Amino acid sequence: MSLKDKLHNLKEQYKGKKMAPAFNAIHTFLYLPNETTHSGSHVRGADDLKRTMNMVIIAMVPCLIWGMFNAGYQHYSAIAGGTPEFISFFDHLKYFFTLDNLLIGAKKVLPLVIVSYVVGLAIEFLFAVIKKHEVEEGYLVTGMLVPLIVPVDTPLWMLTIAVAFGVVIGKEVFGGTGMNILNPALTIRAFLFFAYPTWMSGDKVWVHDAVNRAGTPDAISGETMLGMLAQKKELAYGIDEAFFGFIPGSVGETSTLLIIIGAAILIFTKIASWRIILSGVVGALVMGLIFNGVTAQGWITEGSKFYALMNLPFWHHLLIGGFAFGITFMATDPVSGAQTTKGKWWYGFLIGFFAVMIRVFNPAYPEGIMLAILLMNVFAPTIDHYVVQGNVNKRLKRLKVKTA
Amino acid sequence: MAEVAEKQVKQKEPLFSKKNKGLMTDPLFDNNPITIQVLGICSALAITAQLKASIVMALAVMFVLAMGNVVISLMRNIIPSKIRIIVQLVVVATLVIIVDLVLKAFAYELSKQLSVFVGLIITNCIIMGRFEAFALGNGPWKSFLDGIGNAAGYGLILIIVGFFRELLGSGTLLGFKILGDPIEKTGLYAIGYENNGFMLLAPMALITVGIIIWIQRSRNQSLIES
Repeated sequence: MSLKDKLHNLKEQYKGKKMAPAFNAIHTFLYLPNETTHSGSHVRGADDLKRTMNMVIIAMVPCLIWGMFNAGYQHYSAIAGGTPEFISFFDHLKYFFTLDNLLIGAKKVLPLVIVSYVVGLAIEFLFAVIKKHEVEEGYLVTGMLVPLIVPVDTPLWMLTIAVAFGVVIGKEVFGGTGMNILNPALTIRAFLFFAYPTWMSGDKVWVHDAVNRAGTPDAISGETMLGMLAQKKELAYGIDEAFFGFIPGSVGETSTLLIIIGAAILIFTKIASWRIILSGVVGALVMGLIFNGVTAQGWITEGSKFYALMNLPFWHHLLIGGFAFGITFMATDPVSGAQTTKGKWWYGFLIGFFAVMIRVFNPAYPEGIMLAILLMNVFAPTIDHYVVQGNVNKRLKRLKVKTA
Repeated sequence: MAEVAEKQVKQKEPLFSKKNKGLMTDPLFDNNPITIQVLGICSALAITAQLKASIVMALAVMFVLAMGNVVISLMRNIIPSKIRIIVQLVVVATLVIIVDLVLKAFAYELSKQLSVFVGLIITNCIIMGRFEAFALGNGPWKSFLDGIGNAAGYGLILIIVGFFRELLGSGTLLGFKILGDPIEKTGLYAIGYENNGFMLLAPMALITVGIIIWIQRSRNQSLIES
């Protein structure tokens, strides 16, 4: 008997019983459900929720693999006392794609992935069984996002608590996938950020093993580029290195190049809204230009603590930090984002705008994109409301003109 | 008929009749001022970062509410209804100042820690709510029990929230280091445990209260609004 038949039999056997949702979930995750619609409209589409979610995961896999190599690359570079001189991208890959690097990555990043999925899916299954609904697919993407947006040395028990919190408070209390107000992955990261700030920012957490070496002669400094700018230190990395991703940072967010590839996959398959991504980039550029203008006018002098970040060429904001990752994979979350076409433009624009603003004005929260997306998640329904009301008013006016 | 009714009124009710007991126990669970009526949330968020502050706050509110209820109940027939709010405010203000001065005299550190929130007991919705809803229409003994009951319900939630926030946020309870010493790395800290700084921030108090409400309503389905 093939696996499919076995799973099908199990599904039939447990029909109407308590554990039914769990068996259904395993069955439909691996195979197409063998049930067809009996009544109502027969809309056929191959892109059900599971396929959609899987496509997002595929778009993130390059970032994950890069992140695994980068974990080792940063670790060994720090031990050697600095990254090798950057000449060209392809030339640099020989330092990057090595087995040693991958082993460190596998040791540090894979546990994050496993913990994220096991804890999150366990809670999903638990709630499905208690509330007697089918297991929802939302966590497939969240579970992949979480390891990509945390520092590589995040302790696993902290991740466990954060994932449990994010899934229960961020999603299940609102009724599960599709009902959540906030993006669950960002809820998890925000929880980690506010609960354990020493593990989520500073110069000790971005490079594997840096925490243990602090205070010893072997101490290594592994600040992110945003951290250096906020501290007004000289940048140790060029902007081209930031674009390709040879920099310290959260696991999957460093390589803007691979994120652009991921974005291309998502836009081509019409899963992510290109409007949100484009308007988000425009918003960040506008805010960056405003800050550049302020420094060019001499309103902010070099002594100010905002100077370094304000004076950063406006387009660099797109390449450093988690901006590209956030705007591609998390701002475009169809559940927590704006739904209307016009609303998406506003929603994306304001995310980019606020992300750069928070980044510059609050160096204590270098990752402005997380807070900007969470803020706009909360305001997305308001934006949609005004877009819809605007449409209603426009039509009412047209009606008046016609009848008058 | 009239005679019978009079007799029933004259029949003396025992001090702790079933009804009077209900006045005390109802607000503890099924009619809790915080989780069911959603009153007094501000102070529940503000001062529950530590268990000690929660307990003192609960006692202070219990004193003010029980005494205030009795005073208002005694005066209920002579207060002109147009100025009753002002009279109630005067009564609460007097009692709150007594509490504030007592705290300043005997527990100065704690009083500094509670800061404006002792003074803000005056604006606690539970107090004015019980004056209006109960003390103005019932005798002093019943009003006293009602005050104790409601303040106990309020305090119960405060203490539960304070317990979890102090334990998880600071690793202590009433100032005692329950989970070990975070600096010397003893107890749980030796194996890498760290305090959850988020528990000390107000949003986590709101979420804790939310979880209590969630548990309460899933245990007692009749509390869920349709």
